[in-house]
Amino acid sequence: MNTADQYLKAIYLAQMMEDGPASTGTLADMLDVSPASVNEMIGKLEDRGLADHEKYKGVELTDEGIGRARDALQTYCIIERFLANVLEVESYREEARALESVIDDTVAERLDTIIDRRSECPDCFDPEADRCECLTAEGKAD
Amino acid sequence: MSLGQRVSTDRQLARLLQIGVVLEEVVEARAYSHLESLSPDERAELDEEIAELLDHAAEESAEHRARLESLVDEMDAETVGYDEIELLVREHYASNQPDDFDGLLYDQLCNEETAYKFYDDLIEAIEASDADYTVDEELVLDTLYAIREEEKEGVEEVTAIMEDRE
Repeated sequence: MNTADQYLKAIYLAQMMEDGPASTGTLADMLDVSPASVNEMIGKLEDRGLADHEKYKGVELTDEGIGRARDALQTYCIIERFLANVLEVESYREEARALESVIDDTVAERLDTIIDRRSECPDCFDPEADRCECLTAEGKAD
Repeated sequence: MSLGQRVSTDRQLARLLQIGVVLEEVVEARAYSHLESLSPDERAELDEEIAELLDHAAEESAEHRARLESLVDEMDAETVGYDEIELLVREHYASNQPDDFDGLLYDQLCNEETAYKFYDDLIEAIEASDADYTVDEELVLDTLYAIREEEKEGVEEVTAIMEDRE
């Protein structure tokens, strides 16, 4: 997943958690980067028509941005579920975060063929818990 | 979240190599299950070139898998139950077959392209990292370069057969 997609996913989740525009500070914390880096990427996303930024309010995704963010979240869900259910990794959330930048969506699509993912994905993703709500703490699907 | 494409820890490298093993397992199982799913009549009808392609794909994946597994074995990584994964992969594919030979070729092309993309990204991420791994980095990269090259040849082989059939 490329850096822009990781930003779009973070904005999408931050908007869900904050129930409104995502603040630069929240995004910087989520992505573990500086606020200056966040502002720079937001500018690029705005130029590409994927996000709208309003000073002192925050950033919101456009419809096109939401579509891309949901695809990225789905790829992330596949990685989490694959780690938890196939490789039986206990710390699947931490490992998914560490691996998402190296796993392309075409690779995730192949991994998806051997996991059982719900049709409502990615709507079942819980942004606070950073995981699909259908995955149990032991890493097994319900 | 980790921004930027690099493999910065031993654990990450081991996990990515394990994912490579599973992808190879998928290619192998898929190629074999395509062959096994054919009726005697269909087998007779099957172009020799396609039969050879599937056989070769399965053998090559088994060999790639062994090479990746030997790298993982040299690392201090958690073991993964590959036998269970093999069963899982085969179960999923038994009920999910392409309808015709063209679908089968297209599926094989996706397998080879996906594997190529995976190794290409992995090589880039290892090269971008300054991390010291417990396994010899040169050995890992040489193994991955060789596998990536074979995946590239695989893409070319399938593409050539598809073009001949047009």
